[in-house]
Amino acid sequence: MARTVSDTTQISRRSFLGGAAGLTFVVSFGPDGGWLLSAAQAETAAHSIGAWVRIAPDDSITIITPAAEMGQGSMTGVPVALAEELDADWSKVTLEMAPAEPDIYGYAGRDGSKSMRIVGSRAVMSYFEPMRFAGAQVRKVLIQAAAKEWGVNADTLVTEPNVVVDPTTGRRLSYGEIAEFAEVPATMPAVSADELKNNSEFRLIGKPVARRDIPAKVNGTAQYAIDVRLPGMVYASTVHAPVQLAEPESWNDAEIRKQQGVIDVVRLEHGVAVVADTFEHVLAARKALQVNWSKNAVAEGYDSEQALDRDYEAIAADANSPSKPITSEGDVERAFKTASKVYKANFRSDYAYHAQMEPLNGVARFNEAGDQLEIWEGTQSPGDSRARIAEALGLKTSQVIHHQQYMGGGFGRRTITDYSIEAARIARAIKRPVKMIWTREEDLKFGMFRPQNYQCLEAALDDDGKVAGWRHCVIGDGDGLIYSGIRLERYYEIPNRLVELRGASHGIRLKHWRSVAHPFNIFAIEALVDEMATSEGLDPLEFRRTRIAMTPRAQQVFDAVERLSDWQKPRPDGRALGLSVTERSGSLGAGVVEISLDAARGRIRVHKVWAAIDGGTVVQPVMARRNVESGIVYGLSSVLKERATVTNGAVVQSNFNDYRLLRMAEAPEEIHVEFLDRDTSPTGLGEIGNPFIAAAVANAFHALTGKRLYHMPFTPERVRQALTA
Amino acid sequence: MVRFNVNGKRVSVAAEPDTPLLWAIREHLALTGTKFGCGGGYCGACTVHVNGRATKSCQTTLASVEGSTVTTIEGLSPDSSHPLQKAWVAEQVPQCGYCQSGQIMQAAELLERNPRPTRDQIVAHMNGNLCRCGTYTGIIDAIQRAAQEG
Repeated sequence: MARTVSDTTQISRRSFLGGAAGLTFVVSFGPDGGWLLSAAQAETAAHSIGAWVRIAPDDSITIITPAAEMGQGSMTGVPVALAEELDADWSKVTLEMAPAEPDIYGYAGRDGSKSMRIVGSRAVMSYFEPMRFAGAQVRKVLIQAAAKEWGVNADTLVTEPNVVVDPTTGRRLSYGEIAEFAEVPATMPAVSADELKNNSEFRLIGKPVARRDIPAKVNGTAQYAIDVRLPGMVYASTVHAPVQLAEPESWNDAEIRKQQGVIDVVRLEHGVAVVADTFEHVLAARKALQVNWSKNAVAEGYDSEQALDRDYEAIAADANSPSKPITSEGDVERAFKTASKVYKANFRSDYAYHAQMEPLNGVARFNEAGDQLEIWEGTQSPGDSRARIAEALGLKTSQVIHHQQYMGGGFGRRTITDYSIEAARIARAIKRPVKMIWTREEDLKFGMFRPQNYQCLEAALDDDGKVAGWRHCVIGDGDGLIYSGIRLERYYEIPNRLVELRGASHGIRLKHWRSVAHPFNIFAIEALVDEMATSEGLDPLEFRRTRIAMTPRAQQVFDAVERLSDWQKPRPDGRALGLSVTERSGSLGAGVVEISLDAARGRIRVHKVWAAIDGGTVVQPVMARRNVESGIVYGLSSVLKERATVTNGAVVQSNFNDYRLLRMAEAPEEIHVEFLDRDTSPTGLGEIGNPFIAAAVANAFHALTGKRLYHMPFTPERVRQALTA
Repeated sequence: MVRFNVNGKRVSVAAEPDTPLLWAIREHLALTGTKFGCGGGYCGACTVHVNGRATKSCQTTLASVEGSTVTTIEGLSPDSSHPLQKAWVAEQVPQCGYCQSGQIMQAAELLERNPRPTRDQIVAHMNGNLCRCGTYTGIIDAIQRAAQEG
């Protein structure tokens, strides 16, 4: 069985470099990407350095993986790229999770700063090139060592997995054998791009390499933060205000302290934490806790339905309301003034909750002196989290030892580790190790949501019936959280466009949700396109091809999904197809859904989904397909069911009984994913399955019923309403 | 003190009788493969077997399992060799993995009762177990594979 990742936060530069026999390569990630160094170079390196690859005399290879694992598989996919160029025997590779050291293990962002943030489907695409170069460097060292040993020219040697071969004599030296005698050279060899493998030479990339985290996830041994146990550990859970971000003023402290097993009650910024000897005692004490909350929170009195149904419309209608331009291209005024026809439609979308299956939690322990904190948590951004926890507790980052665990889902929620900061504050207050767990109710009510929003779109057709003008205004709270995916990038090239945002502010916690604002923006864009197509009496695919300027890549994904779904083929009675497209994280995808409708109950059923994706080189084909399927189901759940609302400042929903997720019986029976054959660099796949699904369903609903859906999610009430409209 | 059998071992747990079995398993017995998902019986992440029946341990009191036989994911097989565990790996089902112990325990009950379930029977049996990563098609494929390969 493949070895699972161990808790490697103890790995330090010293322990990894020192002692162990064999060859250890360290990495220096400068602004130009990653380069492996020798230990000698490392001593004088300008950048932070850390261990990256170790080859042991027993022929095993250890690779540090920098990608936090929340189910997306990049913990495996990132080191695969290194192992590929190293020509490693994958069965001999062990992965170890990188410590929270972004200066060493982070990828360089656009501004050159280093980060380990696993967000926006970036892990594989950000690490792919540096990993390949690093692997090629190690391979070159091994070849040079073998050449020296044999007294031959290094250029005459080749490699097979974990073996250097001399084709002339047939001599062979395993990487482990080389590690016995060789030394890492004082200066690591450089590798140029033309020395990397061609895609046709790949042994691992694009092949079905099994994920390393899976064996531990079928027998209960995969460790999440919630599973961590420490000697002397006690338990805690925080109660937050019903109105988000209100502060505790007083509570029935004496009564709670008399509850069985209660050790302490700790005031936090936005909540009160009950601490007890067992978690069942925490739960019982929580129920008895009565807190008086401050009445000054911004969300006080907020009614989300009123905002969405009325206030946003008023903002849209008010020409003087502040507007932030997102895109302004061409002469939009003129396009509309000279239009042969103008189409308009407005769309709404409700708040959505991440609903990762692991309720947020953290385990924290201070040393006796109180100057060193250990944190066990699952975070999408170990470097940021470590720094923020330190800052919140008044510590230096170096005083926080961070133990990254598997995440029971992330979906964008887990780059802000407010939950771990709570655990750390509690641990300091009670001077004991503590496991702090939010209940599901707490996780939801104190959630950070995908913002609700209202959208106004207008499109102008020119004299030839082509889409020449485009206006799109999105209204809601959250700024950047409501305009991703609104620019029509990478697929349509409408010459005159004006895209703007008009803000609101409600005091509700908001956060990136899988693919951020794409789900509702793409819904609005692609539903309007479909509305134009059917009104013009054209097949929706034909309309896009003949009436909208499209990029060549968009044409290719549409062609592929047309073939994949057999788009032109008539469907049985009661079934209909809907089409949509999206970009996300550099990838482009077109999708088709086949639906039926239970009109009396207002229930849409999505039976089949076809998706054609251009994601560049696909590193892990099985995982890539599973990722797209996951995005489709996650997206569909939000499209058909998920809805958070706020009344009188408080989140209404409390658990999965009233915040409903898609279940197996509601999931598509068939999902067909095809990746276009590409040799370009990998682009993001973790979210590309998600954004197209809303419009595809709404467009299929129109094909089936002649009616349109304008408010996501398409709940039974809204479906029935649409049918009678 | 409540006494019962977990994964073939006799255990006793010193906790109040109304303690949810979930927390007794996870924190008193340190069997953390069984997960806390919702605490309300809606998600199935806490599914274990009690006397062979798939049971939501967050909705089961400790007192009610006195003298019973409880099996958790750790006890399903000694070495991940249960046909479902092998099929789960073959189909690369888990993503975040958090719900998968519950999914596998729920599926194990099905195959115990019905070694050759139809797709509809699988869906009906598994519908109480949520998966936020949306691995539903993988789960169905894996159960069908396990049923075939036994």
